[in-house]
Amino acid sequence: MSILVHADSRVVIQGITGSAGSFHAQGCLEYGTKVVAGVTPGKGGSEILGVPVFDSVRQAVKGRHAEVSLIFVPAPHAADAIVEAAEADVKLIVCITEGIPVLDMVGVKRRLAQLPGPVVLIGPNCPGVITPGACKVGIMPGYIHRAGKVGIISRSGTLTYEAVWQLTRLGLGQSTVVGIGGDPILGTGFQEILGRMLEDPGTEAVVLIGEIGGSAEEAAAQFYRERGNSKPVFAFVAGRTAPPGKRMGHAGAIVEGGTGTAESKREAFRKAGICVIDSPAEIGQTVFESLSPTRKQDALT
Amino acid sequence: MKLLEYQSKELLRRYGVPLPRSGGLVRAAGHLGKALKELGRGPWVLKSQVFSGGRGAAGGIRLVRTAQEAACAAGELLGKRLVTAQNAPEGETVRALWVEGALEISRELYVSVSIHRGLGRPVFTFCAEGGVEIERLARESPEKIRTAVLEEGEFRPHQLRGWTDGLELPSGAGERFQEIVGSLIRIFMEQDASTLEINPLIWTAQGEWVALDAKVILDDNALYRHPEYLKLAQKSEEYSKAERKALEAGISYVSMDGEIGCMVNGAGLAMATLDMIHLAGGRAANFLDVGGGADAQQVRRGFELLLSDRKVRAVLVNIFGGILRCDVVARGLLDAFRKLRLGVPLVMRLEGTRVEEGRKLLGASGLSVIGAETLADAAQRAVAAARKV
Repeated sequence: MSILVHADSRVVIQGITGSAGSFHAQGCLEYGTKVVAGVTPGKGGSEILGVPVFDSVRQAVKGRHAEVSLIFVPAPHAADAIVEAAEADVKLIVCITEGIPVLDMVGVKRRLAQLPGPVVLIGPNCPGVITPGACKVGIMPGYIHRAGKVGIISRSGTLTYEAVWQLTRLGLGQSTVVGIGGDPILGTGFQEILGRMLEDPGTEAVVLIGEIGGSAEEAAAQFYRERGNSKPVFAFVAGRTAPPGKRMGHAGAIVEGGTGTAESKREAFRKAGICVIDSPAEIGQTVFESLSPTRKQDALT
Repeated sequence: MKLLEYQSKELLRRYGVPLPRSGGLVRAAGHLGKALKELGRGPWVLKSQVFSGGRGAAGGIRLVRTAQEAACAAGELLGKRLVTAQNAPEGETVRALWVEGALEISRELYVSVSIHRGLGRPVFTFCAEGGVEIERLARESPEKIRTAVLEEGEFRPHQLRGWTDGLELPSGAGERFQEIVGSLIRIFMEQDASTLEINPLIWTAQGEWVALDAKVILDDNALYRHPEYLKLAQKSEEYSKAERKALEAGISYVSMDGEIGCMVNGAGLAMATLDMIHLAGGRAANFLDVGGGADAQQVRRGFELLLSDRKVRAVLVNIFGGILRCDVVARGLLDAFRKLRLGVPLVMRLEGTRVEEGRKLLGASGLSVIGAETLADAAQRAVAAARKV
C-alpha cells in the first residue's frame, strides 16, 4: 500500500520537451512509471522518448487517460499550467518548478478551491512523490529508495534524499516519500499528508523533515496530538544554526503568532509525542532503533 | 528584495499615500543644507537608510531643531555602522539619510499587508497601537492585533468597519483611512510585494493621516515582472559584495563567522550540513546553496566565492544529486581548479544522480580530495582537517 501514487498511476508530464522535463521524464520511465503523455503547447502530434506529446492537458487526459500530472513548466507560466491540469480533471498535480511568484500561487489556490472535484497539488518547488518500486513522479534519484513501510514527508529536496538513503542503508524501506515543497504557499501541507499516511495501512512509521520559517510544522504537530493515534512519528528540523534574520518572515510570521524558529517547531513536536531527532546524520538510525521488534520486522519485510 | 525607507516611500507616493514633506536623500554631510532649505523651518528628522528595523531605538533617527544640530547629527550618522537589535552584532553602514519635516503626532497605528502562509492569502493587519515593536506586541497582547483576509486580493471596506471607532477621530477620518488601506493593498498586489508595512501610520495634530515610516519587501520570484526593481536589486546595498556576486550567479550565499566553507545543493540539506558541522564541533564560514538547476559554471563560481573568504580553513562539499547531477558538479570543480589554487583541504561527499560518473571524473583528475561516505563522516573529516591547517 501507499498514498498518492501507485504502480498503475498514469502520468502526463507538462513541459516534457524542455531540458529538465525530458531528462526527468527519462528518469521516471526508467524507474517504471507509466508516463503516458507529454504536453508542450505547439508540439502536439510529436513524440519524445516514445511518449506522445499533446498541445493541452485536456487532450492528454482524453487521449491517454492521464490522471497524474508532473510539471516542469518555467516559473512565469507554471501557475497557468497547474490550473490547466486541474481544469482538465487531473486528480493529482505535482509541480517541480521553482521560483513561482507568491501572488501567482494565491491565485492558483483560489482557483483550485473553486473546482467541483477534489484535486491534490503537491509543491511547487518540490522534488515530487515516489512510491518505491512502483511509481516515481519527480526528480529524486530512484536508486536510493527501497520499497517498505516508512512514510516520509519533507519540505526539502536533497535533505529528503539524505533521510531516504540513511533508511535504505539500514534496510528500512519507504511506503511513499512526499516532498511538499519549500515555498511559502504550498498546494498541500504537512498535516494533510501526515493524515493520509496515518490512515494508510502500508505505512508503519512516519518521518517529518521540516525547516525554519512559517508554521506548518507546528500545525502538523497539533494535528497529530489532537488526532491521538498509534503510529510512531519522527521529526528533524533543519536550521538550528542558521544565522537569524536571514530567512525569517516578518509580518507574515507575526500574524501566525511569532512561530518559525527551529526551537519552537522542535518543542511543538515534542509536546505532541513526536520523537525529535537532533542530528541530520542520525535520522535512519533513530527510526531503526525506536521501532519495536514487531514493527521493525514488519518494516523490514 | 527589501526596499529602503525612501524607496518604499517613493512607491507609496506613486499611489497617493500621504507622506511627510521631504528634503530628499543626503549622502554627504555637505548636501544637508540644501535639503533643510528645501523643507524650510525645522524641526526636522534625519533618518538613517538601513535595511534592518529597530533604527529608532539604536539612535539611527534624530530629531533636530537647528541647522547646527542637524549637521552634527549627520556627521555622527553618515558612514557609521548602525547596530540595531535586528542586525547585531555586525551592524550596517549608514550610506544615506532621508530628511523630513517633523510632524506633531496625535495617534499612531500599525498597518501592514502580508502573505499568510497557512491560509495562502494576503492579509491586512491592523493595530491601534503603532510605533511599537509589533513582534513583541504579537507575543504579549495578540488580542490587540486585528487581521482581515483579502479573499480576492481585494479590500472590501466593510471588513474594517468599526476598527477605528475607539480612536475618537473626527468625521471623515475613517473614510480617508479606508482609502489609504485600499491604496496599500493595490500596491501590494500590483507590485508583487511580500510585505508592506507602515509603522506608524499617524494622525497628526493638524488632522491628517501620514505614513511616517514604510517598509516594503518585494517578492524576488516576481522581479522579472518589474524590470525597474530588477535593476535596483543588482546594485542593492542589502547584500554584501560576496552575496551580490552570488546573486548574479544564481547562488544563495550567506556569510557566517566560522572556518569551514560549505557548498551544498538545496537549502534544507545546506542548513542540515551547517547543523552537522556544529554538532561535530566546528563552525561554518557560510551557507551556500548552489541551487537545484546549477550548471558547471555556477559550481565554479560557487567555489571561487568560497575560496575568496580568508577565514576558510577547510572546504566541505556535500552534494546529493537530484536535478543537479554529480558529473556536472565534478566538472565545475575541475574547471574551478584549473584557475584557482586550492590552499586548504577539500572534503567531498557525492551521492545521487550520476554519482559514479562524478566520482570517476574526480578520481581521474588527480585532484587531492578527502572523500566521505556519509553526512556525519563528511562533517567530522572537515572539522578535523580545519584543525590541522
